[in-house]
Amino acid sequence: MSIEVKQDKKGTVRLAIQDEMTIYTALQQKKLLFSHLISAKTLQIDLAGVSEIDSAGLQLLLFLKREAGHHEIKLSLIQHSQAVLDVMELLNLSKYFGDPIVISADRKSS
Amino acid sequence: MSEFDAALTTFAQESEELLISMEDALLSLESSPDDSETINSVFRAMHTIKGSAGLFGFNAIVAFTHEAESVLDKVRNGERAIDAELISVLLDSKDLTARLIEHCLTQKDAPLPPELEAASMRLIKQLSGKKETAIQANETETSKLESEGGGDISVDGSWLISLKFQSDALRNGMDPLSFIRYLQTLGEIKEIITLTPDMPGGDEMDPESCYLHFKIAFQSDASKQNIESVFEFASDDCDINILPPNSKVEEYLNLLDAQDESHVKRIGEMLVQVGALTQNDVNRALQKQNESRESEDQPGKPLGKILVEQQVVQEPVVEQALKKQEQTKQKLAAEANYIRVDATKLGQLINLVGELVISSAAMNLIVERHGLTDAGDVAASMNTLVSSIRDTALELRMVQIGETFSRFRRIVRDVSNELGKTIELQISGGETELDKTVVEKINDPLMHLIRNSLDHGIESPEQRLAVGKPAEGIVQLNAYHESGHIVIQIADDGAGLNCEKIVAKAVANGLIKPDHGLSQQEIFDLIFAAGLSTKEAATNLSGRGVGMDVVKKNIEALRGSVGIDSEEGQGTTITINLPLTLAIIDGFMVGTELERYIIPLSMVDECIEMDPHECQIDEVQHYINLRGQVLPYLRLGDYFNSRKSDTVKRRESVVVVKSGQNKAGFVVDELHGEHQTVIKPMGKVFENLKGITGATVLGDGNVALILDVQGLIQAAIKNKTRSANFLSSQRTQ
Repeated sequence: MSIEVKQDKKGTVRLAIQDEMTIYTALQQKKLLFSHLISAKTLQIDLAGVSEIDSAGLQLLLFLKREAGHHEIKLSLIQHSQAVLDVMELLNLSKYFGDPIVISADRKSS
Repeated sequence: MSEFDAALTTFAQESEELLISMEDALLSLESSPDDSETINSVFRAMHTIKGSAGLFGFNAIVAFTHEAESVLDKVRNGERAIDAELISVLLDSKDLTARLIEHCLTQKDAPLPPELEAASMRLIKQLSGKKETAIQANETETSKLESEGGGDISVDGSWLISLKFQSDALRNGMDPLSFIRYLQTLGEIKEIITLTPDMPGGDEMDPESCYLHFKIAFQSDASKQNIESVFEFASDDCDINILPPNSKVEEYLNLLDAQDESHVKRIGEMLVQVGALTQNDVNRALQKQNESRESEDQPGKPLGKILVEQQVVQEPVVEQALKKQEQTKQKLAAEANYIRVDATKLGQLINLVGELVISSAAMNLIVERHGLTDAGDVAASMNTLVSSIRDTALELRMVQIGETFSRFRRIVRDVSNELGKTIELQISGGETELDKTVVEKINDPLMHLIRNSLDHGIESPEQRLAVGKPAEGIVQLNAYHESGHIVIQIADDGAGLNCEKIVAKAVANGLIKPDHGLSQQEIFDLIFAAGLSTKEAATNLSGRGVGMDVVKKNIEALRGSVGIDSEEGQGTTITINLPLTLAIIDGFMVGTELERYIIPLSMVDECIEMDPHECQIDEVQHYINLRGQVLPYLRLGDYFNSRKSDTVKRRESVVVVKSGQNKAGFVVDELHGEHQTVIKPMGKVFENLKGITGATVLGDGNVALILDVQGLIQAAIKNKTRSANFLSSQRTQ
């Protein structure tokens, strides 16, 4: 399980997921991410290391976003990996998450 | 007959038919109350009668049928549920309508008699006064495709696909995203919404369960079938609804309109055919329909409504399909109309055909006598034609017995209510055909036999349960063809016949002596004797001891026979054997001395030589040994006391005939072979003649007598026993 946890002084927790987000990892990821979710005020999830994402992973992101809303926690997804971007685009979800997406220059060619 | 009278006759006939079909429909509604087709036919009956009665100014009929019609219209539109109570009120309404029509036809200008008036008022009250148990329109909001903003996604020209994955989808190895990716290969996703309405919060959320729902607006030229096949693998773990684009609706409507009208199709079938639905959609909807029925114990929703609610098809398409279905039905109904032919005209035709048969036989005879070989071929081909004309003409009078049978459903229903028994009537072989004249005459005997079964046969529910039978009794009515005959069986699973009771009653009535020595079969046959009823108290249904003898007499008048078989505690089966027709038969002609006789060919079993060495003839007891069987025989010449020709004794033949279980041999001098026989009834003078049922004219103008095989077999059996008794009494002296 490789989720890197960094906490800065303003109380922002930054979680960097260094793994695929699939049905195989969903259970563990959920536990970990959810425990951080309720302890933090501001949460950033760094998706740069997500090599692969499937429905379970996506569902988990949707879940976190909704829970964050309920608990009035500011959740933002940053540094979307290509895999995540593809899914977001497929399902037209970028607006829902509302995070600025940096489109890398090499994206079109990939 | 004036034109007006003719129209009245048509009205009477039509109304009668409509009322009969209405009764049938109502009875079948008892078992399947949500069959819209049947409800429609009940409605149509009332509607048509009302319309026709209006033409003649029969206001009483119009007033009453109008009430019935409006109730039925409500039922048809789903505003009122049909239940046992309403059905029985409607059955009464049907009866009343029949009585009103009869009154209007017979006493056209007389005012309505008070009892009809009262009955009509009462029924109208029952029909309309009842609290309307409206079937609630399903109020659950049809989950319209809503975007986050709340507005409909209505991208014209797009398929609207709704996917609801079930919680096990992920565990079963499904990846919903992959289906959506695959969908892209078929067309363009215009809009997609991801929803997770059922996802629980906090710890309850299981990340391995699937909570994803998708709503997709999809643009593609693919057919519905193709789009559905994308999700084929997921179909177990996902609720899939695919609503065709509005632009397709037009296409479906056109296709529906162009569908052929050769037969009525089910609504689902029609929609699948035009591609608006897939078979899966229909199956799911049907399942839903069943579920809704089981759970609420009320008629299921119309399939069309379910389909629209499930968002697999647009409402206009369903409406168009329904309209088309109705059109087809009406068109077919119009096409299925028969030509009404006056029965007397048909009778005339059959008489003429009979004459034709006779004169063609005469012609054959002359051709043969003069040895005209050229004419022989022509005569032969004409013969074939004549016999096919004969068969076709007779077929015109053939009707299915089913209609007669289904009339008894009402009787069984009413009688079992009256007696407090629950009895089911099972009808089979209703498509068996027989001559209309026979059908008309068999009605009363059948009615009597069925009432007997209901009253005497089937026990009360308590008695039945006490002996370990199901509380519901069963009466079976069955018909089938058997070697040129029709067999009608009435079987019940009731108490059966009690031999001792019958014997005691018969002895008391002086029918038999106490030391009778009768076989069980003979005891059963006693119930056909006049003045015997085993029921202690006569009810208004049966038990007066008149009837069974009348039944037997009526059936025998049709040249038929009736037999009874029973096992105590198990039930009784009554078997009626009837000839198919009363007009023309295939006969077997024999000659003895100088007379000729006709035996109905269907009753001839075989012909053997009367050889004393082979058959071991017992001349005293009148029987021969037919391959180890005792066969009583009768010398036709002796029986009819015909003139003895003083020729040398010729070789005799035995014609073995059978009727039901019984067999006998008729000893004759000559066998003439097959003969098309036109039955000419005998005059009143000969009514009591034994052994003969009719006569026919032969080709050479001579008359041949048609034998009453049934009666003669009985005579042969009696003959044998009598001589046997005589013999044994001689021995004892």
